[in-house]
This record gives sequence, structure tokens and C-alpha cells, in this order.
Amino acid sequence: MIDRKLAPEFKAIDNIKLIKPEHTQLDNGCNIYCFNSGDQELVRIEWIFSNLRFDAAKPLLNMAVNTMLTEGTAKLTAAQIADKIDFYGAFLQVDYGYENSQVTLYSLNKHLHHTLPVIADILTGSVFPDKELETFKRNQQQKLQVSLQKNDVVARRDFNKAIYGDTIYGLGASFDNYKSLQRDDLLAHYKQMYQPANCTVIVAGKIEPDTLALIKDTFDKNWQNGPVSADTTQPELQPATDRFYFTEKPEALQSAIRMGLPFVNRTHPDFQPMQVLNTVLGGYFGSRLMANIREDKGYTYGIGSGLGSFKQGGSFFIATEVGADVCKATLTEIEKEIDLLKTELVPEEELSLVRNFMLGSLLGSLENVFSHADKFKSIHFAGLDYDYYDKFTSTIKTITAERLKELANKYWNFDQFYKVIVGKY
Amino acid sequence: MVKFNKFTLDNGLRVIVHEDNTTPMAVLNILYDVGARDEDPDQTGFAHLFEHLMFGGSVNIPSYDEPLQRVGGENNAFTSNDITNYYITLPSANIETAFWLESDRMLSLAFSEKSLEVQRNVVIEEFKQRYLNQPYGDVWLKLRPLVYKQHAYKWATIGKNIKHIEDARIEDVKAFFKKHYNPQNAIMVVGGDVTLEQVKELAEKWFASIPAGEKYHRNLPQEPEQNEERREIVTAKVPLNDVYIAFQMGARLDADYYAVELLSDVLSRGNSSRLYRSLVQDKQIFSEVHAYITSSLDKGMFILEGKPLENISIEQAEAAIWDELEKIKNEEIPADELTKVQHKTESTMVFSEMSLLDKAMNLASFELLGDADMLNHETAKYLAVTTEQIKVAANKIFRADNSSTLVYLAEKTESALA
Repeated sequence: MIDRKLAPEFKAIDNIKLIKPEHTQLDNGCNIYCFNSGDQELVRIEWIFSNLRFDAAKPLLNMAVNTMLTEGTAKLTAAQIADKIDFYGAFLQVDYGYENSQVTLYSLNKHLHHTLPVIADILTGSVFPDKELETFKRNQQQKLQVSLQKNDVVARRDFNKAIYGDTIYGLGASFDNYKSLQRDDLLAHYKQMYQPANCTVIVAGKIEPDTLALIKDTFDKNWQNGPVSADTTQPELQPATDRFYFTEKPEALQSAIRMGLPFVNRTHPDFQPMQVLNTVLGGYFGSRLMANIREDKGYTYGIGSGLGSFKQGGSFFIATEVGADVCKATLTEIEKEIDLLKTELVPEEELSLVRNFMLGSLLGSLENVFSHADKFKSIHFAGLDYDYYDKFTSTIKTITAERLKELANKYWNFDQFYKVIVGKY
Repeated sequence: MVKFNKFTLDNGLRVIVHEDNTTPMAVLNILYDVGARDEDPDQTGFAHLFEHLMFGGSVNIPSYDEPLQRVGGENNAFTSNDITNYYITLPSANIETAFWLESDRMLSLAFSEKSLEVQRNVVIEEFKQRYLNQPYGDVWLKLRPLVYKQHAYKWATIGKNIKHIEDARIEDVKAFFKKHYNPQNAIMVVGGDVTLEQVKELAEKWFASIPAGEKYHRNLPQEPEQNEERREIVTAKVPLNDVYIAFQMGARLDADYYAVELLSDVLSRGNSSRLYRSLVQDKQIFSEVHAYITSSLDKGMFILEGKPLENISIEQAEAAIWDELEKIKNEEIPADELTKVQHKTESTMVFSEMSLLDKAMNLASFELLGDADMLNHETAKYLAVTTEQIKVAANKIFRADNSSTLVYLAEKTESALA
């Protein structure tokens, strides 16, 4: 008979190996990083551009230009772009982030010679047609109306505004912001931002010699920098003085809670140790916040905490949606959990579990060649190198309970947290 | 091509092994052949509540999550109207921990009162968060009973109402476990950095001694063909009007399933699709419009949904959707348009092979349909669909007397205008 009460033996996780890229620079200044691996005959190619400096008078330009890249070029209408991409079974995505905006193509290798020219056209000849721009402005405003009815969305907007101020990070778009978008501004923004010298290309998948040759061919000679280089600096963060924000929704069944503070980013020596502390508090299913507020009290479907990192700084936050009648009780419990980490050492049993969980999750996050490319992006755009991951695994393995307590005391002062509540309080 | 081996234990547990040595990870996925359709009409939401209770400790192991996290693993689960699916991913060196945990909860749960009480609250908060406290969140609570009059698909997986969840008792939990959670009603897929021999040995060791249990024979009232136009209008505190038109369609294993899915792709997949081009871009009727199918094991739903622009009446919006449906009923689609959606499906299948968990879940789903190997013949079935078959499918489904229309009318409030 087997003893079902006895857990099987387990092994420590050691063999985390990252695939590193091959680097090429084109004559026009565009950098290409290649991750070659995988059995499937496909690639993912990303063209990543740093956003231009935030202009509070025209705050949506970075986002609008990126989102409208698929809406027409001098040669192709929006319909033709979509048709070409879809016909070859490819996927074309545009994504706007705080710092970078990108175009992503997923394509089978055999169709790349049809799909790549469409991307080249988008990156060099987008025209932002008036009709499509009007449609975009109108539809975005409709979507915004729906989003603003969601308490968690409103809480996130208010929180970002409070901790980042009038910057690209703190922006919550308004109806007027959409209404004031002008085609000429989009065109000027596009010309300055979407230049080869401001572009990083990341290729992941099965890269054969002719795959790379085709990419170089399409994006080298025919793509030149303009007269003005891209200004990608960003204004300083401006955290607000007020630290408590409550928006009442009299009929809310649940209240959205978001709290936290501006924080150091990935480049700071405390960032990785704080990732461990954050995991203990609210970074996984078994975390203190989940164990107490969901699994013991049943106040919520989910609660978590996280760290954000970007060039200008970072953030620490806790977020949840809880029954409207237990909103105050939830805040009390969160404060208790924070205080516990400041006053008592994390027991060795819990800490060893968190170590193993984090190492397992790091290993599990390397599912395929795309994930290896994603790991590279996290360090590359923060100006870090692969040492970062060696340090990360060693921090996870060696950090002490004393150090975690020190960090909790150094950074967490519950009274000083920015707190946003949307619903009832 | 997803290669695999298959064997069955004496107690009826079906096991599928997919070796993939390009990853240091392993996946253990267990599909239980039970969903919301198997619930008592007076105890809806039970399959899903039960899924939560599966994490509340088993007969020999007080905590499910803790030992898994300790070996670097993660897990989750989902419940649909048809199935309940549990999965673990963990470093392959620790795969035995997954066998230990999953076999113990298949053997028996701890049935703790405390766990039931807490999970009832958690699920009630989930009900509020996802269905009640969101604009349009209650759509499935309203649309399902409009489309289904007999079949158990008439309630959503979360349940008909919160009361059913509040009323759940521990005896009900025990009975549900006995009826559905046994080796005969389960399919296990183990994938990743493992070998067939290793999985055979571990499956024997941990699962073979679990009693086979009684086989559950499903005998659900099937939904009769619809022969009347149905309509419901809801005035709600939502920011925009919204129109849903749902049609009954065939079951997942019907021969025309592939044509119907491609039909929905022609209408709504991507920015080159008909509804987007015509109704969002050209005619400017909707800010967004979608078509999709539910892929249900019994008779499914083909759904069209759109939010009209503010200057467009509900009548105009509905008429515009119907114009597109009439067009596809009357004119065969161009060959290129079919090739386009077939290519898209083909590449989606290739891309899904990049994910170990997707592969494992797909193998389990197809085994439930009859044979895991169907996964490897899916693409060919989509490629074999003709333009004629799409037209036939459109004529069969898009009939006024097969439609259920649900309209949300926005009741303007101050916050909606802010």
C-alpha cells in the first residue's frame, strides 16, 4: 500500500537556461535581435518603437498613432491591409504601452514574402485617413463610456493619476482628449517616431538564413531616417499630495480597492528582493492576502499585489474587488497583513515554499521561444543584461527572513499609501 | 501534429501521454465529464461551486495548493456548461507530486464545512464581480433562458441566481462527488518532459487503487427545434444600447459544425471580416459588432452582438445585421474569402502547438468527443468545407423563427454621461 499522507520527494529547481539572441544592426540604425528555436515553421516578429515625449496638451498621440497604423497607407486601404494579412493566415497586432509602441506579426515562414511588405508599408507610408480617424475617435469614446462603468477600471485610472501625475503613466483618457485629435498632429508624430533609428526588431521562431535575409532586405535600404530624430525622453513623475480618493457608486454591489505607492524600478538593488516580499504578501494563490481575505474571510473572488517597472520609476500596488459591505473590513485586514510582515519574520517553511514557487514559475514562464524573447525585452529596455536573471535566481534562493522584514519596514507605511476606493465605503 | 499514446487503467481512467522534450516542464490535465448541464434545475451553479471545493483539501492531504507551490507548480481549473477541467504545470522533475495530489482528490475530498462556507462566499463574490456589478454582465443569465426552453443550457455555469449557491449543503456536495468524480468519468493527459513508461508506472501507482465508481449515464432532455421568433427588451443602467441575436445551431459533433464555424469567421474574424468592414467601417452603424458560436456538446448557439452608434435606432441596427445575414444566405461567398478563413484556422492550429498546456487540453477535449486523434485531423476538416456548404449552413441557421433577440436599452444616468 502506498502512504497517501506522505508527499513524494521533490527536487530543487536549478536548470534555468535562457536562450540569448543574435544581434545585427542595419545601416539605417535599426537593431535586430534573433531567437532561433522551435519545430513549428513560424515566426513572431516585433517592431518596437520608443514613444515620443508626453505632451499634456495632446496626450493621446502615442496611442492614437499606434492604434491607427493598420488603418491605411498611401498604397493600401485598411480593408486591403486586413485582407492581405488574413489571407495568408497571419496575425497583425498593434500594441501601445507606457514606454514603447509596437507592431507584431505572427506568420508562417512560407508566407513571409507576402506579409512582410505589408508591415514595411505600414511603417513607412501610413496616412491616417480622415474617415478612419473619425471612426476611431467615435468608437473609442463609446468604449470609454463602457469602461467608466467598471469600478476596477475607474480605480486604476484614479490610482495612476495620483501616483504618476500628468505624465504618460498617469494618463486616463477623457472624451475631450479623443475629440481633439487632429490628423496633422498624428502625421507629424508618426514621422518623428516611426524611424529605423528608433526601432528594435525582435524575431523569434524558426529563423532560416533566407528568413533573416528577407527581413533585412525589406527593412534596410528602403527605410531611411528623417531629418529630426525621435525625442523619447519623458517628463518626471509628479505624485499628488492627496492620498485618499473615494468615488461613491450608491448602487454598487462591490467596491474596487486599489492602493500602493510610487516605487523603485528593476534597476534598483532592492527591486528583486521586493519581488520576493511581494510574492509573500499578494503575488500568488497561496499569498497572505489571498489566504486571509479570500480563503479565510470569503470577502472577494480575488486579491493580489504587484510591482510595476518602467524607465522613469515603478509602482507597488494592491488591488481587489470586495463585497460593498466588507470594504472597510478589507482595508483593516490588508493593514494587518502589512504590519505582520513589518513586525514578524516570515517563517522558514513559508519562505522555502515561496522560493520554490518563484523558481518554478520562472522556469514555467519559458514555455517556448517567444517567452525567451519576452525575457530579453524585460531587461533590454531597462538597460540591463542577462546577469539580471542570475541575480534574480540567487536572490530567490538566498534572501533571508530578516532582510524581508527590513524591506517591509523600509518601504511600507500603510498610512502613507495612496488609497483609491470606487463603490461604497 | 501532436503525437501521443493512450492507455486505460482497470478502473476505467483514460490516460493520454504526450512526450515533448523541448521543455523542462510537465503538465497534468484532468477533464471530468461533468458540467453545468448535469445540474439539478433547483441547484444550479453547483458544478462550478464544486470546482472551488476541489481545492479545499482531500481525504489524506489537508491543503491542495501548498504542497504544489512548494515544488514549483501552479494550477487552475475552469467549469463550462459541458465539462470541468483541472490542470497543473510544474517542473517535470517533480511530476509525481501532481499524481499524488490529483489521485487523492479523485479518491475522496475532505468535505470540510469551513471550506464550503468560505467558497460559497467566494463564489457569491465572483457572481457579483463578473455577472452583476459589470455593465452587460448579466447577458448570459438572460440570453440562455431565451434560447433554451428544455435543455439544461438554459442556465449559466455560475447558476440561475445567488440563492442556489447560498443553499448548497455538504450532503449535496458529497452526492455530487460520488456521482461525477470517479475514474470512469475522467480523462487524464500528461504532457511535456515525461516518458510513456514513467507515466504508466505513476498512473498505476497512484490511480489504479481508486474504485471505479458508478458510471454516470447522461440522459438530458434535448432542446426541440425552435419555430418562433423570441425577443426580450431590457432597460438597464448600461452606457450604450446593445443588441444580441442568438440562433440555435447544431452540436459539436454534427457534420456541418466546421462549415458553421467558418461561417462565423467569414462574418466576424479579424478586421477583414464582413460585419466589421460593412457595419463598423462602411455603413457606420455599430461601434463594435461580433459573431461567434458556443461549440457546445449538445445543440449550440450562434450569436451576433453589436453596440449601435448613438444616432442609430435599435430597428436600424437589427435590420443592418439581418441584411448581412440575408446576403450570405443568398449569395455564395467568393472562393478567396473561404480560403482566407481556412488559412487563418490552419495557422491557428500550428500556433497552438507552441503551448504545452493548450496541447494537453486539446487532447483531453477530443478524447471526450470520442478520440484524441481527432485533433490531428481537424485542419483537414476545415479545409474540406465548400462555399456551397457555408451557404447551406447560413440558410439553415439564420431564420427569423430560429432567432432570440435580446436588446439592452441604456437608461441614461449621470455617471454614464460623466
